[in-house]
Amino acid sequence: MNKPHLPFSSTLDLKTGFVDMTHGSGGRAMAQLIEALFIRHFDNALLRQGNDQASFEVAAGRMVMSTDGHVISPLFFPGGDIGSLSVHGTVNDVAMSGAKPLYLSAGFILEEGFPLADLERIVISMAAAAAKAGTPIVTGDTKVVERGKGDGVFITTTGVGVVPPGVNISGDRAQPGDAVLVSGSIGDHGVAIMASRENLQFSTQIQSDSAALHGLVAEMVAAAPDIHCLRDPTRGGLATTLNELARQSAVGIKIDEAAIPIKPAVQAACELLGLDPLYVANEGKLVCICAAEHAEQVLAVMRSHPLGKDAAIIGTVIDDPNRFVQMHTAFGGNRIVDWLAGEQLPRIC
Amino acid sequence: MKYISEFRSQEAAGVLTKAIAQAANPQRQYRLMEFCGGHTHAIFRYGVQDLMPENVSFIHGPGCPVCVLPIARIDQAIELAERHGVILCSYADMLRVPGGEGSRPAAALPPSMAVGGADSRPAAALPPSVAVAGGRRSLLKAKAQGADVRMVYSTRDALNIARENPERQVVFFAIGFETTTPPTAIALKQAKAQGLKNFSVFCNHVLTPPAMQAILDAPEPVQIDGFLGPSHVSTIIGSRPYETFVAQYHKPVVIAGFEPLDVMQSTLMLIRQLNDGRCEVENEYSRAVSPEGNLKAQAAVAEVFEMRDSFEWRGLGWLDHSALQIRPEYADFDAERRFSLTASDAQDVKGCECPAILRGAKKPQDCKLFGTVCTPENPMGSCMVSSEGACAAYWSYGRLRGSVAAASEVP
Repeated sequence: MNKPHLPFSSTLDLKTGFVDMTHGSGGRAMAQLIEALFIRHFDNALLRQGNDQASFEVAAGRMVMSTDGHVISPLFFPGGDIGSLSVHGTVNDVAMSGAKPLYLSAGFILEEGFPLADLERIVISMAAAAAKAGTPIVTGDTKVVERGKGDGVFITTTGVGVVPPGVNISGDRAQPGDAVLVSGSIGDHGVAIMASRENLQFSTQIQSDSAALHGLVAEMVAAAPDIHCLRDPTRGGLATTLNELARQSAVGIKIDEAAIPIKPAVQAACELLGLDPLYVANEGKLVCICAAEHAEQVLAVMRSHPLGKDAAIIGTVIDDPNRFVQMHTAFGGNRIVDWLAGEQLPRIC
Repeated sequence: MKYISEFRSQEAAGVLTKAIAQAANPQRQYRLMEFCGGHTHAIFRYGVQDLMPENVSFIHGPGCPVCVLPIARIDQAIELAERHGVILCSYADMLRVPGGEGSRPAAALPPSMAVGGADSRPAAALPPSVAVAGGRRSLLKAKAQGADVRMVYSTRDALNIARENPERQVVFFAIGFETTTPPTAIALKQAKAQGLKNFSVFCNHVLTPPAMQAILDAPEPVQIDGFLGPSHVSTIIGSRPYETFVAQYHKPVVIAGFEPLDVMQSTLMLIRQLNDGRCEVENEYSRAVSPEGNLKAQAAVAEVFEMRDSFEWRGLGWLDHSALQIRPEYADFDAERRFSLTASDAQDVKGCECPAILRGAKKPQDCKLFGTVCTPENPMGSCMVSSEGACAAYWSYGRLRGSVAAASEVP
């Protein structure tokens, strides 16, 4: 090992130190931060090349690329943190094309005064998530903004991946008659985040479902290469994703409320806060639309995977020029599941 | 979910549907006003109207606190945040309600003339309010332009914000019917006990019984046969206050819970009263409402608030003795006394039927703006903002029932 050591005058104080403007200035302090934190934890050969870009061979086939900015508050929450989330978010966006994700990049925007101990905790978590997903972080960037101009840390990740031959997954391929599946219980992430916000003083055991879904996707496309649509229902929740898919494919979607998996604790928290769980964010779930004749097979594959064990068929794609998403309620009526207007806000009485 | 799912049981709904169909006399109409936005929301969210016979119809009442607040009061809240530079704390729905036009209400006073101006952040620190492209202002737009507007879940949050920001003035934008009044009273008592110098309340608390009377006293009153009475309001005031109303107006009232089975059960109770020619206050929501209500909460409210002579309601106009104001003993915590506020004469958007809809005189689809220029993304009137507003409920849940054009589905 011949590490290119710079003659740093002192070691980085990862216990009590803070980010300061020099960490983004391009000088020694920045080099030290990158060396002692990012390279150390993300450790991989491509990153160690020390270039401003990562250079790698690619297999033949269709590549996909996706990017995702992460600005979550709080930075640490039950079931994850901004670091693991920033890996899962982009891995999932790449995977929703059916692709195998290969590499990630990471851009950090740090706020002056942010504790280095917190930053290291985030970087370690990010490195662990990337290692577990098999998607090394091969290039990156660090900027520092003045105190008050950021919110601790923002992380943007970009991922690339390659789609296996014969797979053609896109949001515009839903057809009337198709089945709509969801990979597990909805709303866990959003409720976990809200419960950990300081002004909401209620406690819950709910953990974020933040997870990388490409393993699950790989098994699904292996079993049924002609899956029509995949999407992860993140911001805006299941309702928003279904509306996006209905609009893109110019179809309607009809779902059955009783079939949608949801944890009682999530349901209860939503009741308390006046939220509709259909609109609450997920970070480790996917929606799948496939031909009805493949639905049972896909469902079986999903249920045999740890991240899809609570998967369910929740509805069907229908012909509807209005592109409405509608729901048969557990009460016996029908209603529209509309686009979310503004933020989902609690009712006041 | 225990104690919730029981009140949303499809099986029980089937039983009630049959009972209502049997009880409803086909020779007559049953026009029932559900007073609260919570009822409206339940009716739409669960499709309760679908389960009713043709001759049983719901008329949506004004019981949505966000909806009944007049534009002038919203403008004053915006003024507090913008011109007086306070931290304005509000319940969430209020943030999106459109106020007046983008122009400033009257001429802005120089900051030095503001009472308590020494404590408040100088108005000059904020960009002058400009006419917002697209017309109407709201607290959310004011926030985007730099005003310090914060969403809170409870009065406790607002008190905490005041404690954490001793150098700033913090105003709680208090709205709501009798349900939300006791927490405001408690917050004021706590602020006084702790000598919080930087906390005050912009009081907009309104009362339910006067609104019910106003609907029936209107020059051309809407035909209403009976009322589904407020549920959460009645947990505070009890069922007794409606007895004088029933005696005076000869309309039956059934205090109805907010779950869909509550609404159906209460509907059946009203139908039976009407069939029997009875006219009584009945309490369907007996699991939470007693005749006398919550005496502790009433005492706290009485200690802090007194009756206002008159208050403007959106849709109902100026109603005597229909709202509360802060008692002189708590004057130090009254934002209306602490800050000078401009009386704006802002008008509703031309063509907006919110006033008639709030009186039950019109349905959302009778409004020319509904679903065309007025949508939840870009509300023209308050009824399109709150999920308890009739327009938002029609838009979000009701379009399947035909008649309403699909409009653009692009968010």
